[in-house]
Amino acid sequence: MRLHFCKDQLLLTRLQSETRESASRGRNTFCVPLALTGSEAASGMMADKVETDESDKKAEIERSKSEGKELTKEEKQRLRKEKKQQKKNKEKKDDATKPDGSSVPPSQKAPSSVPAAGADATATSDKAVKSKVELKAERRPRHDSDRSSKQGKKRESSQQQAASAAKPKVPPSELQPVVKRLPEHVQVDDPDVVKKLAKKLERQQIPLRSDYGYKVSLFSHLHQYSRKAPLTQQVGIPSSVIHPAIVRLGLQYSQGIVAGSNARSVALLHAFKQVIRDYTTPPNEELARDLVNRLKPYISFLNQCRPLSASMGNAIKYIKKEISNIPNHCKEDEAKSKLLNCIDCYIDEKIVLAAKAVAEIAIGKISDGDVILVYGCSSLVNHILYEAFNMGRKFRVIVVDSRPRLEGREALRRLVQHGISCTYILISVVSYILPEVSKVLVGAHALLANGYMMSRVGTSQIALVAKAFNVPVLVCCETYKFCERVQTDSFVSNELDDPDNLIVTRKGKTQLAHWQEVRSLGLLNLVYDVTPPDFVDAVITELGMIPCTSVPVVLRVKSVDQ
Amino acid sequence: MELQAVMMAAGGGSRMTDLTYNTPKAMLPVGNRPLIWYPLNLLERVGFEEVIVITTKEVQKMMSTDLKLKMDVKMKLDFVCIPEDEDMGTADALRHIQPKIKTDILVLSCDVITDVALHEVVDLFRAHDATLAMLMSKAHEFTETVPGQKGKKKAAEQRDFVGVDQSGKRVLFMANEVDLEDGLSIRKSILNKHPRMLIKTGLVDAHLYCMKKAVVDFLTDNKSISSVRGELVPYLVRKQFSKARSSPKPKDDTDEQSQTKSDNSPNNELLISSRDDRLLQLAQERSCWNDHHGDMSEAYHGGKLRCYVHIMDQGLCYRVNTIAAYIEANRLVPKLLFEEPAVHPSAVISERCQMGSDSMIGALCHIADKTSIKRSTIGSSTTVKEKVRVTNSIIMHGVTVEEGCNIQGSVICSNAVIGRGSDLKYCLVGCGQRIEDAAERTNEVIVGTDQLMEI
Repeated sequence: MRLHFCKDQLLLTRLQSETRESASRGRNTFCVPLALTGSEAASGMMADKVETDESDKKAEIERSKSEGKELTKEEKQRLRKEKKQQKKNKEKKDDATKPDGSSVPPSQKAPSSVPAAGADATATSDKAVKSKVELKAERRPRHDSDRSSKQGKKRESSQQQAASAAKPKVPPSELQPVVKRLPEHVQVDDPDVVKKLAKKLERQQIPLRSDYGYKVSLFSHLHQYSRKAPLTQQVGIPSSVIHPAIVRLGLQYSQGIVAGSNARSVALLHAFKQVIRDYTTPPNEELARDLVNRLKPYISFLNQCRPLSASMGNAIKYIKKEISNIPNHCKEDEAKSKLLNCIDCYIDEKIVLAAKAVAEIAIGKISDGDVILVYGCSSLVNHILYEAFNMGRKFRVIVVDSRPRLEGREALRRLVQHGISCTYILISVVSYILPEVSKVLVGAHALLANGYMMSRVGTSQIALVAKAFNVPVLVCCETYKFCERVQTDSFVSNELDDPDNLIVTRKGKTQLAHWQEVRSLGLLNLVYDVTPPDFVDAVITELGMIPCTSVPVVLRVKSVDQ
Repeated sequence: MELQAVMMAAGGGSRMTDLTYNTPKAMLPVGNRPLIWYPLNLLERVGFEEVIVITTKEVQKMMSTDLKLKMDVKMKLDFVCIPEDEDMGTADALRHIQPKIKTDILVLSCDVITDVALHEVVDLFRAHDATLAMLMSKAHEFTETVPGQKGKKKAAEQRDFVGVDQSGKRVLFMANEVDLEDGLSIRKSILNKHPRMLIKTGLVDAHLYCMKKAVVDFLTDNKSISSVRGELVPYLVRKQFSKARSSPKPKDDTDEQSQTKSDNSPNNELLISSRDDRLLQLAQERSCWNDHHGDMSEAYHGGKLRCYVHIMDQGLCYRVNTIAAYIEANRLVPKLLFEEPAVHPSAVISERCQMGSDSMIGALCHIADKTSIKRSTIGSSTTVKEKVRVTNSIIMHGVTVEEGCNIQGSVICSNAVIGRGSDLKYCLVGCGQRIEDAAERTNEVIVGTDQLMEI
């Protein structure tokens, strides 16, 4: 909240310097009403009322201004408040006109206000959001007409506001539904966004992968691809547009040969190393800029094969930063070897050494006689268990598994091969086994900025049941998987896997063979789910054991470092 | 570049000498196009831009003069001529062009006609980092009567036994009946790793292989292997399961190679390690995927050499290396070529000619009145006079068919002349032969005397 106040104070000082002389008194009095509007906006309906009030009072104030009367204190306050509101609306409108159409801003506002409100994304809140959206849509033309009369004065200050608003991303969304540009992959049911994506892919010469099968309505905003229609059908065989290492990687992602957050990031960096090795700077181009542009279509291609994970996103950001930081005078060979070194360092630091550090800290928490419950196959958790076993701790492991991926089988094989005694159960009986368990150790796909944890679907169930049994849940996660996204439910941003994977043949009979023909049947194969921080007792990272709510602190420290 | 295409067009067509003694196999007309056009078209459709064509000088000359090839094939053809007198096997040819090979290769034979989605084969090669990926298809029975064949065809002459694993993608075993004297023996180690093996016999090998560059390098060191299909592929399939000798790390490369020159055959393939083997290893360790379940070994059982096969169950796949296959291919090719009209625009066909819809007429033909052409292919520059009935036949270029002939189920090679009123049933007329008037031949192979002496 403090950040938010600072930003508004900047605004206010500017406003005040424009319009009147005494600043200090105004600042204090302004903080209070803004806080009120903040909490009102969070509940949803009040902000609209405030806007309507302001627009009425604005007309009044304008009148009194034109008459030359000295405005009363309340009127001054109101004037300032609604000037600020208008600026925000104008900025929203600017942002809204960038993505296509005016239909997008209301739908964008709806999902972004849902996490801001912190409400559950059930159907009821959707309805409430929709009605707010309708009201907003009504009010928009009125605001536009008012705003057009004040264009000249506002232009200069709105630019500065846009620049300052870009930096603190999280605080404004808590206050008001600011229109943020939503990523394409959660707007699949919006035809404009899909058209934009198709155009962008065409420009980059990447084929578009088409969705498959009927999507459950709650998740119709996400992509759903079929494994039997790989993207390589549309890529020419000696792929010349896309580097062969990237085609290979995309294929391995879409077939699930490389699965797991760490494995995907390492494989991605390996492929990028090959791309960098084979890269030659075209004449009249700078390596720093051209290489980044060369990587963009590859990233789109990989995104089409399988949506990028948070760890991959962070790795890509790091590489792009390193590439653009290469000085101009650097020779090509030198630059390339420097980049290859950077990639190796990144992997060593963030993945290999981080795993060692996490294992050291976690081993401190594993004592003899422990019964540890793990879910699925997390490379980091497996590493911790190997290390603990090597150090001589006596414990046993219960591996929980779930369909359709059945990754627990692989975890079971690896642990047993190492010598650890294991039990294997399916997730449906986890509540029967929990009385025996002393702690739960899970891996994470990403840790979100509001303390929520995104992991394989089923993890939040286990965390919930463990909480009910008072069993501590420890999440093991390296810091490079920390993500600046904010999410409180598993619906807004997720991944839909091939629904045909749910079909199983037992004794020659396949019950779901013709599921597409049954109109009222939809198959849903979710990949991730989001666990609230209440169910997680500690997160073990290479920086130590931190509570879930310290994730934004770590992110801030990291961004300050860089 | 990801893959280099290599087309083997130097084959002699040893199983259909009657057709090929004058025309090289690569240039035999199928559906009025030279046979080599079909695999070249496949490569072009998929996106290749250049092909290395290994062939003889004669074929190269014919190909450069052939109009169809010049017009339709837009890829760059890099001809490598091998001398005709040397008996070069396909693997010898690969060894010959080893300096040109810079990346992994896709080897094709010139006699394969298929509409396979090539990405299926190449995806296996890419996704699993395979050493070899091949294409096979379910064999279809040839229903047409082959001219000149007396008696029923012996079915079980040279069966291929192919053993695949449960998923149907990994090749575990490959042998030809000729090589198996006592019976089929399978090593226990293979069964331990893959307890469920399906052995298939009715498969046609399309002679389409995706191979790693290391295999070509291996061939240069091992001069004893001379045929890809006969020796190299079974060798690679066997080597998947050979006991891994202490695999040397990349650093010890140079020492190993200098010592064990004679016996470093498996080492070369195992040393396909890229410079970032460590990262690939790390990614594989961290990935929670395994290709099999039920035993304690890691993905691929830790083996570095893997051979995969894609078995087509739908669609066309023909290898035109026997007369029966040739006839069958001619029958089915019109279905493949839908862009081109069955009748070439420059052919002159009189109105009172009855032509079936599944016949193909080549360029510059003259078809006179009262002729009936059903289910046949007629080559370019052919003249068919009046009152001729052609059914179920293949007539190549430059043939003259005089009036009143009746040709059924036959193959007439180029530049032949069929005399007036002859009646040919299930005959094969060789190149440049002249059938006298009013001849009646059934089930005969009519070739010149010089050809007879060659055999």
